[in-house]
Amino acid sequence: TGRVPNGRQSGNKPRLMLMGQRRSGKSSISGVVFHKLPPSETLYLETTTQISQSSMHSFMDFQIAELPGHIDFFSPDFDQADIFGNIGAVIWIIDAQDQYLDALTQLLNTITYLAQEWPNINVEVFVHKVDGLSEDFKNDTFRDIRQRIQDELSDLGYDNAPVSFHQTSIYDHSIFEAISKVIQKLLPQLPTLESLLNSLCSSCRIQKAYLFDILSKIYIASDTSPQDTTSYEVCSDLIDVVVDVGEIYGWARPPVDGKTGDQRTEFNNHACESMVTMEKKGHKYLYLREMNSYLALVCIMSDDNPMERKVLIDYNVGVFQEALSKVFQWK
Amino acid sequence: MMSTGSSSKRQKQRKVLLMGKSGAGKSSMRSIVFSNYVAKDVRRLGATIDVEHSNIRFMGNLMLNLWDCGGQDGFTESYLTHQRSHVFASVAVLIFVFDVESREFNADLINYASIIRALYEHSPGAKIFVLIHKMDLIASQHRTSMFNERSEHIRQVSHDEGFGGKGEGRGKEVEFWGTSIWDQSLYKAWTRVIYFLVPNAGVIEGLLRQLADVVEAHELILYERTTCLMVTHISRPYETEGNKHPDRFEKLSAILKAHKQSVAKHTGMPAGSANFAELQIKTGEFMFLITRLTENTNLAVVLPSGEARYNAARINIALAREQFGELDIPTGKSVQRDRA
Ligand SMILES: Nc1nc2c(ncn2[C@@H]2O[C@H](COP(=O)(O)OP(=O)(O)OP(=O)(O)O)[C@@H](O)[C@H]2O)c(=O)[nH]1
Ligand SMILES: Nc1nc2c(ncn2[C@@H]2O[C@H](COP(=O)(O)OP(=O)(O)O)[C@@H](O)[C@H]2O)c(=O)[nH]1
Ligand SMILES: [Mg+2]
Repeated sequence: TGRVPNGRQSGNKPRLMLMGQRRSGKSSISGVVFHKLPPSETLYLETTTQISQSSMHSFMDFQIAELPGHIDFFSPDFDQADIFGNIGAVIWIIDAQDQYLDALTQLLNTITYLAQEWPNINVEVFVHKVDGLSEDFKNDTFRDIRQRIQDELSDLGYDNAPVSFHQTSIYDHSIFEAISKVIQKLLPQLPTLESLLNSLCSSCRIQKAYLFDILSKIYIASDTSPQDTTSYEVCSDLIDVVVDVGEIYGWARPPVDGKTGDQRTEFNNHACESMVTMEKKGHKYLYLREMNSYLALVCIMSDDNPMERKVLIDYNVGVFQEALSKVFQWK
Repeated sequence: MMSTGSSSKRQKQRKVLLMGKSGAGKSSMRSIVFSNYVAKDVRRLGATIDVEHSNIRFMGNLMLNLWDCGGQDGFTESYLTHQRSHVFASVAVLIFVFDVESREFNADLINYASIIRALYEHSPGAKIFVLIHKMDLIASQHRTSMFNERSEHIRQVSHDEGFGGKGEGRGKEVEFWGTSIWDQSLYKAWTRVIYFLVPNAGVIEGLLRQLADVVEAHELILYERTTCLMVTHISRPYETEGNKHPDRFEKLSAILKAHKQSVAKHTGMPAGSANFAELQIKTGEFMFLITRLTENTNLAVVLPSGEARYNAARINIALAREQFGELDIPTGKSVQRDRA
């Protein structure tokens, strides 16, 4: 078409487009992930009727748009370049608690359209609302949806369309994890970040390390060792603890008897740091350190006693932070 | 080690009744506060048959004896008739739960009236907390008016039955709290109940105040380890006046409870034993430390920033543990404790 290729070029501005049928959960997802809406409040969301844009100013300026289910973007009323021109990924939401055959047809149309016109856009299928389902039913549904789409695509000759599948719910961490993976694919720096994290892990005996965007709790990279969901959860929850406690107690107190206030003598620890040690010996501990005002490193350590090795950790984390600032050209 | 026999002499067993219509949410809140359920787990609960008892120790000498009374009509009938004195004798606190979505508010009121009439007969000195529950189901702009309207009716009924008001119920005013298992409002209400029951709050606060001075803390919060419910707190005047979060104590309960759960899930431990030895947060503005104080309680300490002050505080808290330990199991000075 002669247009500038879309998507991955847009640097630190991952642009996402949420699509899917009415009530599939698009507004809920954008509310919960990008606006900190409590999941239970999504019951009061009104139906979105227009293409709505919102952005989140954070480490990356995430841009997220929502395309209401009833809008037929094939119609000539729409400027498709306007809609898809800058998009890195389309997230297609399927309500797993509902009949999904119609949705699959729509999804398939979208995938084939994108594959022809905007081949650089990733399609990320979220099999959504899996919270209400039994484990078996959930897995069967997921497999069924993936199988049907893949079969149809290969029948149509689109075996290589960039389509991935995720199971999500706004009631647990799965939605954040899925969005994280979607965004990571759009980050040109990902391989560098991963290898930096890998070397940090091996030098400090870290079991799992995540680099989080603090505001959204999306992780933009992790080391490449295998992970289970609960590692992400426990690290992301530590951010909650630190952010929430910081919100409660991080205020400028008046000086009292010339004592508190700004008498931050000795070690003025401006980068926030947090550590949790477990009671039972042999249980791991958690470590968090702010990298800049948007990013935090959160690690699951595999040692018993953090204090003994604190100096080593501080040193290596310092090195990591330095490398990070080069990758992203801070300062 | 102490034998349990000698410690129980001064242990205060306090009977707490948890009542309300079936489906009001009693067992849900009990499981969240006392048994480490998370809000979405409570869908698994079945209706309570008769009464379920649980005992929870707070600060050693306060033993909460919680009676979760199944609310189906047949059970209520029996509490009011042949089990009447068994259920309503020597009650310290009645927590009565109203489902805010109930379509039969008048029937609920009548039920409430007959319950507190029985309470008045057998434990006239009992304190009543009324929880208007499932507030999350009301759109937020209507919550306050709904809460006020319901409380007003219930308050009137309470006065008629001798709890609160200007007549014979004078001085026994019922307390009202709007709650939901989906936010920290649950902890706010239960913290009030606990504070009402803690027998030696004055002594504890005295010791904590000394400790706060020694470590130069902005604030100290003492809470029970399993439930994360606050027992009490000591705050500097500037913290009380200046902190923008008057609801921070119940927020903290909710935060810590959630943390406990995620750690439990990650390690595969039962949530009850997923305890951290220490949690620290250091920032340029403040420092925050949580550590164990007694067998059942943790202390959260908010300090000005500074590494030296932080380390001194840790040592002073360790030294104070012994003093508080004596409070925990109160048998005079010569208590030997073999804590490792
Ligand atoms: N939306 C909402 N639902 C709640 C809340 N608390 C409890 N529920 C729901 O209410 C239902 C009944 O809860 P239970 O705790 O079993 O009720 P109960 O009062 O113990 O009932 P009985 O044992 O029969 O007396 C459950 O399905 C809960 O999920 C709340 O705060 N908000
Ligand atoms: N059980 C469950 N319900 C969800 C989930 N996500 C969204 N919902 C509900 O689905 C309904 C429709 O969501 P909404 O975001 O308005 O859909 P939209 O039309 O695609 O924007 C709302 O009542 C949400 O509360 C989920 O993960 N699990
Ligand atoms: Mg029950």
